[in-house]
Amino acid sequence: MANDPIHQFQIHDLTDKFHIGGYEFSFTNSALFMGATVLTITGFLLLAARKAELVPGKTQSVGELWYEMVHNMVRQVLGPEGKKFFPLVFSLFSFVLVANMLGMFPYFFTVTSQVVVTATLAVFVIVLVVLVGIWKHGLSWFKKLFIPHGVPLVILPFISLIEIISFLSRPVSLGLRLFGNMLAGHIVLKVFAGFVVSLGALGLGGMLGAIAPMFMAVALTALEFLVAFLQAFVFAILTCVYLNDALHPGH
Amino acid sequence: MSGTTTTTEAPAPAEAPQEGMAGGMEGHEAPAEGHTTAEGGHKVFPPLDSSTFPSQILWLAVFFSLLYLLMSKLVLPRIEAILKKRHDHIQGDIATAQRLQKDTQAAIAAYEKELADAKARAHGIAEETRGRLQAETDAERHALEASLAKKVAAAEGKINTARDKAMAQVHDVAADSAIAIVEKLTGAKVSKAAALKASGGKA
Amino acid sequence: MDASAAKLIGAGIACIGMGGAGIGVGHIFGNYLAGALRNPAAAGAQFTNALIGAALAEGLGIFSLVVALLLLFVA
Repeated sequence: MANDPIHQFQIHDLTDKFHIGGYEFSFTNSALFMGATVLTITGFLLLAARKAELVPGKTQSVGELWYEMVHNMVRQVLGPEGKKFFPLVFSLFSFVLVANMLGMFPYFFTVTSQVVVTATLAVFVIVLVVLVGIWKHGLSWFKKLFIPHGVPLVILPFISLIEIISFLSRPVSLGLRLFGNMLAGHIVLKVFAGFVVSLGALGLGGMLGAIAPMFMAVALTALEFLVAFLQAFVFAILTCVYLNDALHPGH
Repeated sequence: MSGTTTTTEAPAPAEAPQEGMAGGMEGHEAPAEGHTTAEGGHKVFPPLDSSTFPSQILWLAVFFSLLYLLMSKLVLPRIEAILKKRHDHIQGDIATAQRLQKDTQAAIAAYEKELADAKARAHGIAEETRGRLQAETDAERHALEASLAKKVAAAEGKINTARDKAMAQVHDVAADSAIAIVEKLTGAKVSKAAALKASGGKA
Repeated sequence: MDASAAKLIGAGIACIGMGGAGIGVGHIFGNYLAGALRNPAAAGAQFTNALIGAALAEGLGIFSLVVALLLLFVA
């Protein structure tokens, strides 16, 4: 049980189940860590902004760096029109980043390793993109998106088909990428850590043999921190790119 | 997640979650590796366990909305205010620096103009002084030269008269000597006037 | 062949797809680095694009991993 790499993704109920409209709900460890994520983000950023010094200290620098990174991303990809989407992109980026990072702590639950969480976020983003596109351009938004300019009429059906498939695969890839990265990373970490434990139990020779997977686990932990950041960044920037399609289609 | 729904050939978990779980158990009779067993004892890959989906979606919606509200209403405006304050402060400092630089340049220009004026004035004074001194020197030299020329002329006059006198005496002496020589040789008497005439002098 | 053995073999074959994603990500960052060394001034602005490309390429590899996991644990 202890070496089972899948056990860490198990969801436990922390309260009694309750029913709303036929669905069964409960406050689970997943929900607990979602709350912890929100609390961590808000607490850290409020702490960073507490003194509001002209020359920032360490915490304030990190908070400002965080803000400016997302701000620059939104400004570069979406232009000045994207300002009203900045809080949303910031929330998405922060949520995914902090959820990934909290998941790196031992015995902590990784919210983003649940496919339903990432898929919900991805579907939410795509639904938002479609709504913004229709709101900005009407139904001709789909025409602009799926029928690119300057394509010969002969190959236009194929291009449109590819565009439609590409559009439909967006929520799937956006959600599954984050889920797959987090899941695979944590499984691999757990597997290598399990090697260390199993080999160490075999006596002296096993302990010597356990050195290699030990270093591997350390290196993988570093890689996972990188992946945790990178996937949050990619999630946020792909959100920006898709929103840009909604604001300026047929570029 | 589609995999779970296909294997659990039971009604959607919305209507009867318990049945869905039971169906899941039936769908996994083939022994897989010893991965975890949930409380119910059925083997489902936990991230794809559809019985947990509704509550996760609910809490995600709740917490993400909360996060969005906190970020957009509370946190981001604060950080933006800090950055804006710093930006304004820096802009103000830059403006002050530019103003001071402009003042400095104006002061330097004024200083250089003063310097040029002073140089020009000094040059004028020097020129004027030199001209005046030159004129004075010239006048003195002219006066000196004139007096010298006068003295030279007087000296030349004196020399001429002395020479004339000397030349006259030479003729006189020549005439006397001629008279004496003629008287000695021939015994004839020559008048002084004739002797003078013969010697080329004036009678 | 036993059905569970076929599942395991299928999961292993599905994971080959991840190698393709690895090649793709390597291509993207290798070419990014080559371009960055030629024109370092333009490198900073394109790093975001390199990351997007790497994420898109890696996503496809993750799909094959998910297929493998589905085979192992769900199907």
